[in-house]
Amino acid sequence: MSKKKNKLEAIDLNAYYGDFLALKNINVSMEENLVTAFIGPSGCGKSTFLRTLNRMNDYVDGFRVQGQILLDEQDIYRKEVQVDELRKQVGMVFQKPNPFPKTIYENVIYGLKIQGISDKTLLQETAEKTLRQTTLWDEVKDKLHKSALALSGGQQQRLCIARALAISPSVVLMDEPTSALDPISTAKIEELIYELKKNYTIIIVTHNMQQAARVSDHTAFFYMGELVEFAKTKTLFTSPKETRTQNYITGRFG
Amino acid sequence: MTNADRNRLKDKAFQFFGIFCTFIGLAVLAVFLIDILIDGIGRIDWEFLNNLPSRRAHRSGIYTAWIGTLWILLLTTIIAFPLGIGAGVYLEEYGKKSRMATILEINIANLAGVPSIIYGLLGLEIFVRLMALGGSLLAGALTLSLLILPIVIVTTREAIKAVPRSIRDGSFALGASKWQTVWYQVLPASFGGILTGVILALSRAVGEAAPLIVIGALAYVPFAPASPMDEFTVLPIQIFNWISRPQAAFTTNAAAAIIVLLVITFILNGIAVYLRHKWQKRIKW
Repeated sequence: MSKKKNKLEAIDLNAYYGDFLALKNINVSMEENLVTAFIGPSGCGKSTFLRTLNRMNDYVDGFRVQGQILLDEQDIYRKEVQVDELRKQVGMVFQKPNPFPKTIYENVIYGLKIQGISDKTLLQETAEKTLRQTTLWDEVKDKLHKSALALSGGQQQRLCIARALAISPSVVLMDEPTSALDPISTAKIEELIYELKKNYTIIIVTHNMQQAARVSDHTAFFYMGELVEFAKTKTLFTSPKETRTQNYITGRFG
Repeated sequence: MTNADRNRLKDKAFQFFGIFCTFIGLAVLAVFLIDILIDGIGRIDWEFLNNLPSRRAHRSGIYTAWIGTLWILLLTTIIAFPLGIGAGVYLEEYGKKSRMATILEINIANLAGVPSIIYGLLGLEIFVRLMALGGSLLAGALTLSLLILPIVIVTTREAIKAVPRSIRDGSFALGASKWQTVWYQVLPASFGGILTGVILALSRAVGEAAPLIVIGALAYVPFAPASPMDEFTVLPIQIFNWISRPQAAFTTNAAAAIIVLLVITFILNGIAVYLRHKWQKRIKW
């Protein structure tokens, strides 16, 4: 497709919840500094796949994977990989904004604090930088030490993005980041995604096909645990090769 | 009479039955409280709180008993608090779902229902004899800790369970280890609930006489304990002792001591309610 470097790559990936095969032989590569969107009906495996990229499924009882996921050409499921190191490189934003019940400032610096960083200037600078990146700074600069739970849903989600950026990952995973937000907040997050891809590789799961069309460069369509089609977003939405893709994007099912 | 009429009648009947049940409980409690207050309130004064026990009822006080009770309260907290929370955290956050874990779980729930005198026998064998602690405050506190541990563990688990999955996910996704997630997120968010459980368990321990009698706490201690290795008595034992005397004056003493014990229990419960309220207001998911 393009000549950019592959940031993440899945090779012959199968994933199981107990005996249930949730992902069937997935092969896909996600390029650096692009936005890749995963679409598909509920239960199709797109969120499961997203969560294998930073190994969030490790805590699910009975979950296991076969195959490889390469991050910068290194398999993240190798034995010697420490998940905390992996997650410093692959950040994640969740479906429902999940700020910690702490102050705004403490939320942003949490990732650094648990790494043992206590340099006040560095923490403050990082907090300001990431809050500016997420266009939240002007809204919260006077209440940094107030509870994050007092923010609106959209602000909370941008705070969660700021929190993820604070530990300087190279990849940001977003699991339906706007599904709990109103249209204005959604627009802000989408603009943000557009800005962020200059510096980060972004993978986004979305139920909203217009959103996938608006924000992503590449789109992958998942159905019943299979990767049905993967192409440039424009191509996938205008001239899909597979009938299943066609049916889904025209709203015939899902 | 139509069906609808009958249903309305049943509804009314059940409502009255409910009111009746509620009032029976409250009425018995009220009668008991009033009776105790009438009997004992006049006996409480500075001297009663500061005097040592004596053969003469009017010179007898509860100094050793309430000091003993406070000691027991303190030591039991120090022992049961970390152990109970540690076990609760392990079972809820670390323990994998296995046969072993299920067996452990059922047994802990069962332990909460074992009569307290059985814990007394256990304490007598292990702490008093095997560990040679004698009838000391430490042996008493260890025994009571065993008694309330199941309650502390169960309430800790309930409080931890109430912390949403999304908070843990958020922490893990930022590279936090399990321990960091527990320490920085789960425990602070559930601390109100945990504390409430611990305090309610303690207020139960404060009222126990049977297990302490079994391990050899004395009814008559001529001096207030000064270290965890000293012999001791507690309010419930002092009350038990006075109640069993034939003289009416001792019964009055018992009533007065009961009031003091109730005040301690009410204070503990009050703190628990306050903490629960405060934490609930602070954290809304």
